[in-house]
Amino acid sequence: MLFNAFSFLLSAFSPYTPRHMTVKNKRLDLSYSQMKWETIFKRILITMSIIILIIVVGILITLIVQSMPSIKTLGIGYLWGKVWDPVNNIYGAWPFLIGTLLTSFTALIISIPFSYAIAIYLGEYNPKGWLSNLLKNTIELIAAVPSIIYGFWALYVLVPIVRNFEMKIHVAPYGVGIFSASLVLAVMIIPYAASLGTSLIRMVPSPLKEGAYALGATRFEVIRSVILPYTRSGLFAGILLSLGRALGETMAVTVLIGNTSTIAPKFLDLFFGPGNTMASVIANEFAEADHTLYLSALIELGLALFFVTVIINLIGKRIITRYSK
Amino acid sequence: MKVVKSLTLALVAIVASCLTQSASAQDNTLLGAGSSFVYPLFSKIFAEYGKTHDVKVNYQSIGSGGGILQLTNKTVDFGGSDAPLNADQAKKIGVPVLHIPMASGAVVITYNIPGVTTALNLTGKDLADIYLGKITSWNSAEIAATNKGIKLPDLPIVVVHRSEGSGTSYIFTDFLTKVNPDWASKVGKAGAVNWPAGLGGKGSEGVAGLVKNTPGAIGYVELIYALENKMVFANIQNKSGKFITPSLATTTQASNVDLPANAEVSLTNTDNPKGYPISSFTWALIYKEQKYNDRTAARAKMVLDLLWYNIHDGQKNCEPLNYAPLSKSAVKVAENILKSATYGGKAIL
Repeated sequence: MLFNAFSFLLSAFSPYTPRHMTVKNKRLDLSYSQMKWETIFKRILITMSIIILIIVVGILITLIVQSMPSIKTLGIGYLWGKVWDPVNNIYGAWPFLIGTLLTSFTALIISIPFSYAIAIYLGEYNPKGWLSNLLKNTIELIAAVPSIIYGFWALYVLVPIVRNFEMKIHVAPYGVGIFSASLVLAVMIIPYAASLGTSLIRMVPSPLKEGAYALGATRFEVIRSVILPYTRSGLFAGILLSLGRALGETMAVTVLIGNTSTIAPKFLDLFFGPGNTMASVIANEFAEADHTLYLSALIELGLALFFVTVIINLIGKRIITRYSK
Repeated sequence: MKVVKSLTLALVAIVASCLTQSASAQDNTLLGAGSSFVYPLFSKIFAEYGKTHDVKVNYQSIGSGGGILQLTNKTVDFGGSDAPLNADQAKKIGVPVLHIPMASGAVVITYNIPGVTTALNLTGKDLADIYLGKITSWNSAEIAATNKGIKLPDLPIVVVHRSEGSGTSYIFTDFLTKVNPDWASKVGKAGAVNWPAGLGGKGSEGVAGLVKNTPGAIGYVELIYALENKMVFANIQNKSGKFITPSLATTTQASNVDLPANAEVSLTNTDNPKGYPISSFTWALIYKEQKYNDRTAARAKMVLDLLWYNIHDGQKNCEPLNYAPLSKSAVKVAENILKSATYGGKAIL
């Protein structure tokens, strides 16, 4: 969904398509079958787009309908309830909302320097050659590795390191928790912003760059004053894409986050301690949700996640439009 | 246009082949779904059964809750579950469902205490207090009292539980509910509960991973998983006060008691002095009245024959796969339950 929302941005940034208008109007020569194919092709495009729209709206409707029992019973208090107790039918989404936002934004902040650096290096410094190709393929490979592999790799390799670190800063040395999950999420979301950024930076028209060089700008100055301003909103769109991925990531997070539905009162304990996210609760508990209200509360969690994604997207779009002015 | 035409033809051909396949599949393929715990055993038994009978069984291991849902929707011939139907599920199904015990499983307590490699002795009450977050250190007086001679370090206990809803958690919390009133009132029993303390690991492998990597951790996994991965596990005190080492034999012993006629019974905290207290049946679920939708009498007979085979000849596959076979009294009860199934009001077997 997120990708669709931003594909228009990509197209906005493609290099100007030069239209060499020929004198002869080719349309007059089109045969009947060519014309027919034109119509069919256009219809296919429209149908495909409408199908996507129907699917998204359908998902939304299903979520709302299925979460009705929970909405009716629990009301709006569901959103800031702090207890999740399936045995006594008490459901509150607050700990998972906090967990989702905290892991996603931490991961995003960690990943931004990496994805920007990669995008600038591959887009401007080293756009061709074997090293560039190797690097680009490696980045794309990061996105192709199944998330469960990240989860278990981190559980056996990263978590002991994090545990040692936690002992040094004197917080409870669980190892797993929001911090570990964010670290792995950061690695997982780098490719999205990085490869979009690389393509955008490569598309910066060379007359602009050459002009700046001619005026005596250094490479760093060209990047700072020509390339980054030119691609700013596109790079931001890449970050939003990463964020969307982080919000919805389930498996790796589930393995690493500790799956605790209580919130520690102190921020340091919360940040380094175990938590839970909306997506991972759904994945964990859906299959064995054995009574109606429980199932419905889980679906409502999906609905809430849907809205969180939409809201963050809308905010992101506002920022993009303000940037591109 | 040629492309479109050939595409259409291909599509028609595919659809047609699917239709014919499902039509023929309906005759001798039985559908089952549910418990993933019993899946390895079922696939072995069903493969053996297929060698001598013209019956194929398609069992999907989607979890006990999913299996019950599929049975409720009447999309499968039988369900598999590690827990009996709860009140809500029974109400949704609305008609009597038979619970036929298929095998027993046990949940063992594993831990990671640096320097301790011998089996600890734990009482159920202390175990619950650990999971409640009341006992927080390995050298606490309660644990020391049952482990004289073992030097336990001053190490905080890190509690690990399953993060996802599971039959394993159900059996474990069922046991804790029976042995510790505090647990019963604060937490209760379910596949997923509001854990008062600790970390959640995803699946048996997630719990095992956390326990292995965290000094001071305690967790619970299925006996099968612990045996296959050569993990250390604790002896648990049973109702008669004996500390029992979990094994296939002691798990089978847990069901060797007077069972109720419907077998919908929790075996945890068994009365048998030789039985391991955190044990449970895993059940196959079928409708008592087999005539529903447009099922034929032959199909109903086929399901019952299959389950009859499971509780008799099929049991020999249990031990090689680390499942505890049914005890004698459990087989007898299961036979009677199968005999009570009807088609149009008439007994089938």
